[in-house]
Amino acid sequence: MSAHCHLLPALALALGMGAFSARAETITVTIEKMAFSPAEISASVGDTVQWVNKDTFAHTATVKGEWEVMFPVAKSGSIVLDKAGTLAYFCRFHPNMKGRITVSAP
Amino acid sequence: MTTRLSMAFIAVLILGATGVARAADKPTDPQIAHIAYTAGALDVDMAKLAISKSKNKDVVGFANDMVRDHEAVNVQALDLVKKLKVTPEDNATSTALTEATAAEKTKLERLEGAAFDKAYVANEVAYHKQVNAALETVLIPSAQNAELKSLLETGLKIFQGHEQHAEMVAAGLN
Repeated sequence: MSAHCHLLPALALALGMGAFSARAETITVTIEKMAFSPAEISASVGDTVQWVNKDTFAHTATVKGEWEVMFPVAKSGSIVLDKAGTLAYFCRFHPNMKGRITVSAP
Repeated sequence: MTTRLSMAFIAVLILGATGVARAADKPTDPQIAHIAYTAGALDVDMAKLAISKSKNKDVVGFANDMVRDHEAVNVQALDLVKKLKVTPEDNATSTALTEATAAEKTKLERLEGAAFDKAYVANEVAYHKQVNAALETVLIPSAQNAELKSLLETGLKIFQGHEQHAEMVAAGLN
């Protein structure tokens, strides 16, 4: 129990002030009418991408072989970008919905 | 979906309920609402068959997605016709679609295991292709009410997504 209490601040410190700058931003992508909007975003390592599902259908943001975030109806979901590169993602339920995140080094 | 079904469906759409091939014979909004609702409800039926028969997790997952999405679209469709005070009207296209799907279902019911999975998913690809073509070329251009047209356009995007999803599942079965 006490080990956890000591660990948490240390972890927060490492995440908040370590490799990822304290200026990490949250970028919001809206899912509406079967589309990611904006479909293309640019971000830095350490930033958070949050998707807000305004559709009456469930969607996902899926990067094949890497990760998947599920968005039930009227729910949000997010990921923290942990490495630089270009992420092409799609909705696994509706692969015609596509998005792209260009992640630059901090 | 068999070519026979496609042909029957397209023929009925083009000829209309009267069987007279005139360009002016566009389906009315109450008929369009009925066709769109029927198309969704039939796909839910097929999906429920797949959920009960298939043991493949991708196929069952896809079928669950179909139930969830098509039921969601149809709830919106029912809300809209209520709001617009439109009574969906049965028509030759809905009947042809229902009959053809019943025949396809009978065929699928006789299949088991991998043979069933392949046939179901192949049918889903064909079915969505066919409904999408009808939406694009006949139903959306014919719809008079703007809200109905907008719902059909959203429906088209969803069904196009399903078509691609079905193609991905089909590729995984080979």
